[in-house]
Amino acid sequence: MDWGTLHTFIGGVNKHSTSIGKVWITVIFIFRVMILVVAAQEVWGDEQEDFVCNTLQPGCKNVCYDHFFPVSHIRLWALQLIFVSTPALLVAMHVAYYRHETARKFRRGEKRNEFKDLEDIKKQKVRIEGSLWWTYASSIFFRIIFEASFMYVFYFLYNGYHLPWVLKCGIDPCPNLVDCFISRPTEKTVFTIFMISASVICMLLNVAELCYLLLKVCFRRSKRTQTQRNHPNHALKESKQNEMNELISESGQNAITGFPN
Amino acid sequence: MSWMFLRDLLTGVNKYSTGIGRIWLAVVFIFRLLVYMVAAEHVWKDEQKEFECNIKQPGCENVCFDHFFPISQVRLWALQLIMVSTPSLLVVLHVAYREGREKRHRKKLYVSLGMMDGGLWYTYLISLIVKTGFEIGFLVLFYKLYDGFSVPYLMKCDLKPCPNTVDCFTSKPTEKTIFILFLVITSCLCIVLNFIELSFLVLKCLIKCYFQKYSKTLKASVCECHNLRYVECGGTGAPPLLQNCHSDSAIKILLS
Repeated sequence: MDWGTLHTFIGGVNKHSTSIGKVWITVIFIFRVMILVVAAQEVWGDEQEDFVCNTLQPGCKNVCYDHFFPVSHIRLWALQLIFVSTPALLVAMHVAYYRHETARKFRRGEKRNEFKDLEDIKKQKVRIEGSLWWTYASSIFFRIIFEASFMYVFYFLYNGYHLPWVLKCGIDPCPNLVDCFISRPTEKTVFTIFMISASVICMLLNVAELCYLLLKVCFRRSKRTQTQRNHPNHALKESKQNEMNELISESGQNAITGFPN
Repeated sequence: MSWMFLRDLLTGVNKYSTGIGRIWLAVVFIFRLLVYMVAAEHVWKDEQKEFECNIKQPGCENVCFDHFFPISQVRLWALQLIMVSTPSLLVVLHVAYREGREKRHRKKLYVSLGMMDGGLWYTYLISLIVKTGFEIGFLVLFYKLYDGFSVPYLMKCDLKPCPNTVDCFTSKPTEKTIFILFLVITSCLCIVLNFIELSFLVLKCLIKCYFQKYSKTLKASVCECHNLRYVECGGTGAPPLLQNCHSDSAIKILLS
């Protein structure tokens, strides 16, 4: 079980996404997951081993490291990527449910004119409308919330996105205020800024996608009201015509049978 | 042999699960297995190397570490994942058994191999109960072994060969506590999903049985009336108009 499996899960959703959604999935997997796996994990690999405090007091280093890094950057990014990717599964579940219902109706003989066979139903690209639109919009909304929350947690835990090269620590059992040195602070700062920028880009893409979906719905509604305006009394005309037809047929029948209504 | 093997086995279970069962599988794959592999395993990587006691006495650190961590939390997590995932395989085995039976008798014995009726329903129910039992069992074990779900930064140890009560410091206690809480929350979520699925299955079965009984009594009472008034009875003992009984369509609507 690794990032490849998550990629398989999310890749399935790709078919039913908008183009901005497809760009988002690409950015997530290339600029975040891949960077995390091939680069960032190496940089943070020896983080506790090479965290050194200017004291021989046993336990001081452990306590200081725990105080300054309650959760490692790498783990926080991994959790962020997992949480940000999972709302897409809501869409995958909705599509699977829709297909299951369509297949059931097909077996009952209801949708035979729309699909040739069950394989056709599985290959069909589901359009983002109706309840699927709401599921898709909710998944984008949750993605934005998760991204923003993790960025805030990062900022709050580490007092910004910059790693200092020395930290002062005076927690028990350290005998006095002790200097502690982080390993590779500049490289870690560079990668932190890179991951935060990728986060911001993903968030902007999600906001753009949400706006695009809203605009699409507004445009579709305005098109519908326009067609209703162009044929204003269409429905009224139809019902009047039906009434006329009924009257004609009744009078015709009366003429034939000779009985008044 | 690795976690991929378990993942491939469980993917096969997906076909024969209910909707809630599939949600359970997604939670296990993503929030437990994936988080374990990409994050949790690394947190406990150097746990003994970084476990430090305020003493130079050889052997003291080893003895204290062994006393406080009889089994590492991360190994217990892995065992829990394996034990909790395997009862689902009972369902796959049962379906394979049905397939084998059909092949042996060379005729169609079941409406659908994966349909949850008869013995397969009981197998699914048992697998749910065993899964829930394992989840609760492991949570209780975790709680008893480590006196709660948090990892302290300092532990006092006075076992031999330590000459006196010695301070021992764990590595990354806050990070470990966060991941253990994550494990507990996802475990509880899986327990809740199992209970919901269990209730759903039992209720569905009870409603089905009730309506079948109701339609049988309706047919029997109609048939009695029918015998008093008419000479002929339909093939099933009910008049032809009432053979497509309303209760059958009610069952279909409820179960669809």
